[in-house]
Amino acid sequence: MSTALLPVLVAAAALLGLAGITSAAQAPPAPQAQPSRFVVVLDAAHGGDDAGGRLSDGHLEKAFTLAFSVRLRSLLAARGIQVVTTREQDENVGPERRAEIADHANAQACLSLHGTESGSGIHLFISSLQPAQPARFAPWKTAQAASIPRSLLLAGVLNSALLHGGMSVTLGRTALPAVESMTCPAVAVEIAPEGTPGTLKRSSARLDDPDYQARVAGALAAALLQWRTEAGRTEEGRPGGARQP
Amino acid sequence: MIPRYQTILFVVLLAASLAMGLVLLHLRDRAHQRLVAGQDSAPTRAPLVAPAEQATLLVADDADDSLLPLVQSLPLPADPGARARAVLGKLLDLYATSGAAHPVPGGTGSVAQVFLLPVPGGSAAGNAGSGSASQGNGSSKSGGAGVAAADAESKEPLLAVVNFTGAFAASHPSGLETESLTVLSICGTLHANLPRVVEVRFLVDGKTRATLAGHADLTRTYLAADAAPVEAGRP
Repeated sequence: MSTALLPVLVAAAALLGLAGITSAAQAPPAPQAQPSRFVVVLDAAHGGDDAGGRLSDGHLEKAFTLAFSVRLRSLLAARGIQVVTTREQDENVGPERRAEIADHANAQACLSLHGTESGSGIHLFISSLQPAQPARFAPWKTAQAASIPRSLLLAGVLNSALLHGGMSVTLGRTALPAVESMTCPAVAVEIAPEGTPGTLKRSSARLDDPDYQARVAGALAAALLQWRTEAGRTEEGRPGGARQP
Repeated sequence: MIPRYQTILFVVLLAASLAMGLVLLHLRDRAHQRLVAGQDSAPTRAPLVAPAEQATLLVADDADDSLLPLVQSLPLPADPGARARAVLGKLLDLYATSGAAHPVPGGTGSVAQVFLLPVPGGSAAGNAGSGSASQGNGSSKSGGAGVAAADAESKEPLLAVVNFTGAFAASHPSGLETESLTVLSICGTLHANLPRVVEVRFLVDGKTRATLAGHADLTRTYLAADAAPVEAGRP
């Protein structure tokens, strides 16, 4: 009797073992911590037919913003920050397309880069829209409204870093169609010569001065590094955050 | 073979056509000159016979991105539209002076017109009958309804449409800060002197334009309250 049952027991054990292997293969994988994705969008303003302002050294604003965007992108990439740019060459990119690129990137910071010969130092602008509650579907032309508080915080971080770098900074609010359709924290950064407007002293830090550009780019990169750190802290404190152990 | 008389006739008709074309061109140029001369003779400054009044100008400063109130005494006409133009003319004169804190060339002549219109769907006008005509033609009305309508009309919020000259837009310095300050100082100055002005729109040579000089959005309606005087924006 026992010898007759032996093959049946062996077959049953084999079936159970096979079932165990199958169920193990079908079990959901252990939850893994997703690395936080920190993306910065650099929007070199103007381009193509839109030359922007004419700078005193004969250059056009569109060329200045593109060159500065490339410089800043290199600095950020060297610090391990993923960068998305709205243009890489002298081409027409409309405000809607710029906002589309920024919104698809799902970025944590968006900088719209400008240059001017008016005023002095660095001018930081956020959107003049009134803050609004985040909604699942935001109106295209006022999408930035839900991000105004975060844009203010980002402007504060940029302001601190630029002041720390010895540059003068002014803060303001303005209406820029490209920025107002972005859902990321967005700040327009306008770079002007350093010094007193209308005097010869400003020639010490002209827009085409590579040292001046390097100082501004370095300060912006440092600010974005700090912004990434603060974003990481926020995620850590949030229940279910990606970095929560 | 074409007969000789037909050739002569053709030449004569051709010469007459050319002569008539030249005369028409000449007449067109003369009409254009008359039109331009008429525009030049239009009053561009507030009449000096008007009594001097205190006007508050919100003057921009590029150094610290601020708008500061400046009280000036200047002759102001009674008509609100002319008054608005006179105040803006004074403001832009300040910007056109050498050494201005917010240098913008152009001066008084940069504002071609200022139109004052009822705000579409304005709250104060809601119960007054929005069919009221433009200012100045309601004085013959009598009775309670007429007085109520005139009273409501005097409280009606206004939309100011500022029409810049093309030369002003072309010569305006390009930049986010400088363009924003120009727009906001104009909005604030209009609201400070004509409190009924709550919204401002901008045209250039009578047409809508995307930006002033590449940055400040001129397609939107600005709220005059957004341009409240601010102290230095420098942190």
